[in-house]
Parts: sequence; structure tokens; C-alpha cells
Amino acid sequence: MTRIGLRVLSAIPTLFGVVVITFLLTRVLPGDPAVFFASNPSMSASDIAAVRENLGLDRPLYDQFLIYLGNLAQGNLGRSIATGQPVAAEFARRLPASAELTLLAFLLAVVVAVPLGLVAALRPGSLVDHAVRLIATLGVSMPTFVSGLLLIHVFYFRAGVLPEPIGRLDPFLFEPARVTGFLTIDALISGEGQVFRAALLQLLLPAVTMALFALAPLARMTRAAMIAALGSDFIRTARAAGLSRGRIVLIYALRNAMLPVVTTMGMVFSYMLGANVLVERVFSWPGIGAFAIDSIVNLDYAPLQGFVLVMAAIFIAVNLVVDIVTVLIDPRAED
Amino acid sequence: MTPLLSIRALSVEFDTRHGTVHALDRLSLDIAPGEIIGIIGESGSGKSVTAHAVMGILDRAARITGGEVLFQGENLLEMGRRARDGWRGRGASIIFQNPRAALNPIRAVGDQIADVVARHSSLSRRAIRARVLELLRHVRIPDPERRARAYPFQLSGGLCQRIGIAMALACAPRLLIADEPTTGLDVTTQAAIMALIRERAREAGTAVALITHDVALAAGNCDRLAIMHAGHVVEVAPTAAILARPRHPYTAGLLRSVPSLAGSLDQLQAIPGSMPDLRRPDLPPCRFAERCPRRLPRCDAPGPLALTACGPGHLVACRNLP
Repeated sequence: MTRIGLRVLSAIPTLFGVVVITFLLTRVLPGDPAVFFASNPSMSASDIAAVRENLGLDRPLYDQFLIYLGNLAQGNLGRSIATGQPVAAEFARRLPASAELTLLAFLLAVVVAVPLGLVAALRPGSLVDHAVRLIATLGVSMPTFVSGLLLIHVFYFRAGVLPEPIGRLDPFLFEPARVTGFLTIDALISGEGQVFRAALLQLLLPAVTMALFALAPLARMTRAAMIAALGSDFIRTARAAGLSRGRIVLIYALRNAMLPVVTTMGMVFSYMLGANVLVERVFSWPGIGAFAIDSIVNLDYAPLQGFVLVMAAIFIAVNLVVDIVTVLIDPRAED
Repeated sequence: MTPLLSIRALSVEFDTRHGTVHALDRLSLDIAPGEIIGIIGESGSGKSVTAHAVMGILDRAARITGGEVLFQGENLLEMGRRARDGWRGRGASIIFQNPRAALNPIRAVGDQIADVVARHSSLSRRAIRARVLELLRHVRIPDPERRARAYPFQLSGGLCQRIGIAMALACAPRLLIADEPTTGLDVTTQAAIMALIRERAREAGTAVALITHDVALAAGNCDRLAIMHAGHVVEVAPTAAILARPRHPYTAGLLRSVPSLAGSLDQLQAIPGSMPDLRRPDLPPCRFAERCPRRLPRCDAPGPLALTACGPGHLVACRNLP
């Protein structure tokens, strides 16, 4: 347990490093936000200078950084130049949308990939094994925006079984009372079956798109780890003791194989947060990924810094979870 | 006396990327109830393959191409998978070299022993726990309650091998195969482990097949010795008979190459040549012929090489006995 405590503490300097780097990186981006913001032909140089002063951009860099740190400490991520809204409020609205999508996609990927990898490992070289390899190869080699558009074409445009890709909910439905920010869960809590169904259907295609992408590394790693575990000496011992096949595969081999798989899950999850940016665009998902792209295009510093910071925090949290799960699975990791 | 285990003309091949390895060729060997037999041979002679074939844990690349393995008269090779699983652990069990790797690294050792006990009995959880502690005491593990909760990485190699023995003996098997059980352990631990195996086996009337490349270890612990070379058993005899008068040229060479049996170091001799490549399609009937100082034209005559009696309980596979 001390190991876990130390691990949490070690996240703090990492987070500070992220703050410094994102601050500096956004400052070296080309373009002058004041000019961009004041892009009105009637504006004079003095107007632009006024905007710059208003945004604090005329001050020295370290001053800007200290102000930024002070604001961060108060939970203030700044104000978006483009929307005029506080960034923190914007994130509070958008993060649940992204989280719901990513979590469902991740869950789908794990539920499909781990059994596939397991079956492939039990019969290497079999038809199932080749099928898994094919699915995995297709999953990684197709960019998410291509597979996303393909899915939309088939399931919305051709078959018409899934709703239009226009965000989280049909515009004619009202959002359920906000509890978690996850529309499906909030709809269940307030007992609105129709809203739940609609929200789930909207989620399905983007979630599958992201899951397809995550399938490959998970299935391949499960297969490789299972083959390694099944070939190890202690499996031979278990077989020689007459233990049943189910017990050998699930209790002895799979639990050992889960160690590298859990690490891969962490990496895949973090990666999926990045992939979000494209998938959210394709499905008009009002998440943080789409928000981040807009911020880059608009040279909007505050939301961009906020985005990188939030992502870094999630990334650190995911790694923390991976470490904790590893300790729970493997007694050796505790020392 | 009817043998406990009777391996008859067993042939095993391995398919590898570089051709088929003829690992065992018409191998025959009997093991009597309660005896301790040493199966001796150099690396690649087929000792472990024999053990794995008996246990039914050969890996995927292996193929049994002929022969039978009779256990109390029943052919194990024709047994169904479920029956064979039930037989493992109760009919025969095996302990491996490298004891720590042979145990599941992330499962408490007591639970691993309990898994075996539970598999072959319908005892209650309490009774299983009591049996596990009893087994741990039998293999002289100090503080069994605490050690049962330990993981292999927290135990020494010697303790891990004691756990392995406890697991193997959990269901009182009729035959215990000990595959290089002391390799990798220090010398005092080796002696203690061997003493423990002998003691537990004698007490339960379990037969032991000690697989080793260590002639001195086998000679010091076994009633009979079987010498293997390149997938053949070349000689089987009571330990005293084989030490006093080895009949097969390979056995004789083997004994001359052992420090403790050769008298002084000057008398130590190496056996010239090395084992033939078992992937060769043209292996001679006697696989030792190409290294043999007594080779005659009739040694290469076609037809299988048979084990023939040359003394009381003394079998040898040689066409030109001295």
C-alpha cells in the first residue's frame, strides 16, 4: 500500500511539468491571438494593443505563467477567447460526453478482444486464430475517421437502423436531469426509458468505431500473453496434477496473462482519449476532443492548455489504476 | 510380479521446423510397485520425453507414433481425456526441476496444493485445508500455516521443491516421477530433498522414477538403474549389478566418466563422439554404434535392437556383448 501512496505522490511533479510545458508550447504557436481576436478591418493598432493588454499578453512570460498558476490553484482554467465562457465550465459540460463515449468503447473493446485473444491462443494456427488476426489488422490499419464514416454509411445511410450522427441525443428529446453527466445513466436514474434508448443508439456507432481501433492491440496482447502463460512450467505442473482444463486456462493461465494485458489496457485507454478528437468530429460529438481542435484553429490558449492538462491528469490517473490493478493481481509487485 | 507401469515399444517424434526428431524409438521399460528406479542419460537422450509421455503432458509438437504405456494393465494412451485427468495425480504424478518456475507465481502455494487435493476428492473446505497443512508437515516445511499463504517468490528453491513434492504426493499416487528434482539446488539441499522423496515414497509404497544425468545420485538412491541413450534404453539392471559389471559399452563409458566412481581423477574418461542427430532419417538400429569401440558389421544389420537378458534382472540392448 505504501507503494501506491508513493505512486500517487510521484504524479505531482509530473503534473507540474505538464503545466510548464503546455504553457510554453502554446506560447510558441505561430500567430498572434490578439490580432486574430481583433480581426476586424476597422480596428487600429491601438485597438489591438488594448486587446493584448486585456488578455495579459503584453506582460513578460514569467508573469503570465504566475498568473496562470494562481488561477489554476483556484480551479480557474481561464476564459475561452472564442466563446467567452470559462474553460472550466466548458469542460464540465463536455468531459462527461467524452468520458461516456470512451468508457463504453473501451468496455466493448475489452469484452470482445480478451475472449478473442484467449480463443486464438488456445488454438494457434486455427481458423479462429486467423480470423482474429484479420480483424485486428483491419482494426489498426483503418483510421478511425474512415471506419467511422463507413459505419455511418452502412448503418445510418444504407440500413437506416441507427440514428443520424448528430451528437449525443435526438434534438427533439430533452436531456434527463443531470446527475453523472452520462446521458444513458442519467436517463436510467430518472426512469426515462425512451431517452435511454435514444442516447444509447447515438453512442453505439462512435463507440464501435473507437472500439475497433482498440481491439487489435488488446486481442494481440491477450493472445501472446496467453500463449506464453500456457507454455510455462507451472501450467505443465497443473496439467500433470490433473487439474481441469477450465481451471488451468482461467485460473492459472489467464490470471498470469492478465498482467501484460492490463498494462496494454492502460496504454490503449490513453490512446483512445487521443483518438477521440477524430471520432468526435465525425459524429458531431460535443466532447472535449472537438473543443480542443476548435481551440487550436482559433489560437485559443486557455482551452488548449486546459485540454492538455486534463488529458495529462487522466493519463496519470489511468497509469495509477494500472499500477494498482497490477499490485492486486501480482503479489510480487507489492515489494 | 506384475509391473506397475509397463512401457512397451514406445515411439515419440517431434515435428520441428528443421525436420522430425525421432526422440524415442521403440522404448521399453517396466517399473515395479514401490521400487525406486533411476533413469539415467545425457541431455536429449529422451528421459524427460519418456516421463512426459507417461504423464500425458507432451507438448503440441510431439507425436506418439507407436507402442503402449500400461498402468496396472490399462493402456494410458487409449484412456479418454477425463479419465486421464483423473488418473494424473492419483495414478502417477511428477515433480520437476527448477521448482520455483514449476509453481504458479501469483497463487499462494497452499492454494495450489489445495487445488490438487480438491480436484481428486470431495472433501470440505476445512478438510482440504487440514490436508494441505498435513502435507506441508509431511514434507517438513516449518510453520506450515504461515508458509501456506506464501507465494513461490517468497520461498527458497529447496522450499519450493518441498511444495512441489507435497503437491505431487497430495493424492497418494502409485508412481512418482522425479524429473531432475535436485538440479539447481545446492548440495545439502539436494541430499535433504532426495532423503525426503525416498522416505515419503517408502512410507506410502509409492514407486519412484528418478530421472537424472547424475549417475552418482541415482546409484546412491535407486534399487535399479535404466540407462538411456538417444531415445533407447540400452541397459537395465539392479544398481549393484550395473555398477559391478556394466554390459553395454555406453554404460561402461558413462561409469568411467563419473568422478566419484572412477577412483582418481586421472582415471576419468570421456565418451568419444556425441549423440547422433535424432533428425537423421538414416539412424542405425543401434544409435550408439557410431561412437562404439566394439562396433561390428552385424551391429548395423537392419531390424530393431532388442533388450535381451544377460543376468538376473539384467537387460541389455547390444549385439556384441563383451
